[in-house]
Amino acid sequence: MQLLDVENLQTSYHSHGRILRAVDDVSFTVGKGETVGLVGESGCGKSTLGKTILRLVPSSAGQIRFSGADIAPLSGKALIPYRRRMQMIFQDPFGSLNPRQTVRTLLDTALKVHRLGDVTERTRRINETIDRVGLPRTALSRYPHEFSGGQRQRIGIARALILEPELIVCDEPVSALDVSIQAQILNLLVDLKRDLGLSYLFISHDMSVVRYFTDRVLVMYLGRIVESGSYETLWSNPRHPYTRALIDAVPSYDAQKKRTAVVLKGDLPSASQVPSGCRFRLRCRFAQERCSDEEPALRRMPSGQSVACHFA
Amino acid sequence: MSTNMTSLPVTLLAVPAAKNGRLSAFLRQPTFVAGLLILGVVMTLACVADLLYPGDPQDLVGPPLLWPFQKTEFQLGTDSLGRDIAAGLVHGARVSLIIGFSAASIGLLIGTLVGAVGGYFGGLADNVLVRVTELFQTVPAFLLVVVIVAIGEPSLKVIALAIGIASWPTIARLVRAQFRSLREQDFVMAARSLGYSDTRIIFVEILPNALPPVVVTASVMVAGAILTETGLSFLNMGDPNVVSWGSMIGDGREMLRTAWFLTALPGTATALTVLALNLIGDGLNEIFNPRMRER
Repeated sequence: MQLLDVENLQTSYHSHGRILRAVDDVSFTVGKGETVGLVGESGCGKSTLGKTILRLVPSSAGQIRFSGADIAPLSGKALIPYRRRMQMIFQDPFGSLNPRQTVRTLLDTALKVHRLGDVTERTRRINETIDRVGLPRTALSRYPHEFSGGQRQRIGIARALILEPELIVCDEPVSALDVSIQAQILNLLVDLKRDLGLSYLFISHDMSVVRYFTDRVLVMYLGRIVESGSYETLWSNPRHPYTRALIDAVPSYDAQKKRTAVVLKGDLPSASQVPSGCRFRLRCRFAQERCSDEEPALRRMPSGQSVACHFA
Repeated sequence: MSTNMTSLPVTLLAVPAAKNGRLSAFLRQPTFVAGLLILGVVMTLACVADLLYPGDPQDLVGPPLLWPFQKTEFQLGTDSLGRDIAAGLVHGARVSLIIGFSAASIGLLIGTLVGAVGGYFGGLADNVLVRVTELFQTVPAFLLVVVIVAIGEPSLKVIALAIGIASWPTIARLVRAQFRSLREQDFVMAARSLGYSDTRIIFVEILPNALPPVVVTASVMVAGAILTETGLSFLNMGDPNVVSWGSMIGDGREMLRTAWFLTALPGTATALTVLALNLIGDGLNEIFNPRMRER
């Protein structure tokens, strides 16, 4: 049994009488101890997918099975036992910490709400967690604004860890940080995964960050998964033109590669006006008539990945 | 897992020492300090009123219409019935402050609850609460107070309640706007993902962050409530059993040309107190301004 098994998941918003499908018919799994990368442009629905899985945003169809149990129809108190087992690390280390609470309060409240241990037990857990994320214990009595971005992200990670979850959704955890700090935080996440046996759903717009990290990659475009497979397969042999463009967008010193690079034209279309047929066709240089008539299904390739493109 | 990752040591990063700039930020604002001083004096006088001027300030204690400094016994003179004006001012300060603070508290309580619930939950609850708020805002506040006091009895309790009921919409709108922007913040998302209840999120997570502009408005609300009570008493709709600044102004109105000090003294007291509260409000606004904190 997979730790997380998402099937035909859909998240839609109603806006001015139109239905906007931010996540449209997405299926994937995350195994125990596995790291799955989720890549795509800003606005393609990756964050919404992450939040839907954690039940922070309501889903409109499909199943979210967490260790076998479908949590999509649950609400209120029935969700609380599952909240403990999956947590989130946020992109913005400034907005994700309550500015009015000390680090200790931030961590202690979570333990209190879930009634985990008495004062000594809670103190032990807080100290252990703060040591684990590489912050001194003196940090506990400080407020978030007294820390730098990287330190704050460590506090955010500590908060995600305090309830000892099994799955952590990392929503672009390093994209708001300086490059030098990014590596530190990524290393920390790798160490934590190894020591605690965590599973990650790692959301990023940057293929080069995902490279450090993930076992499998899902490429998302306009609410759908267009290609998925192991990182090595995708990197060496991208079959979907969109994946190809994302990989080519990673800066490289290779002049030869630069000349042949595929650069995406135009912007992501609005999710309330999805093009007919293949949703990538307006920006695809291989697009033909068939692409506007027929929506390509996610097909399994002999090379190991699954691709949603007629010409893959 | 990739192997080419540079292995930077996870160092115990230097955490900056706590800054203690709040107090100096307070004191760098002369107008704020002046406001605090004036309000402090008024509050002290109100507290020690019974020691300074024991007995009922409505007692007739001397000859009528003594001018200030005419007799050492009555430093600020007496009114047309021979009541000591200094005693009236000091006891009136107590009434004004009690009304001001209790009315503002009532308004704060109602406004915060309505604004928080509407702003946090949104949807139907928000729609209904916004309509109710607008309904209250269409009625002139002073008229509403007059009507409520006329229906009830002119006691301090009813007056405070009436002013509170007339003034909550401002707070409700402010709190609602704050909640609507704060509920989208990631720290609220995080609280939800940690399984916190809505009540905890509203009162423990969001409310402390929504308070600064509310505190600023509250200080101005106290001033407004004092003015409203003064207006009521001037119209003879105040509590007849107590002396307030408004009733003193009302009583002196007839003799405005011959004994102007009867209205000028309580008028000055009102103006100074309201000014002090407004200065405090402005000062708090500056202090809560996030750009101030960086300095």
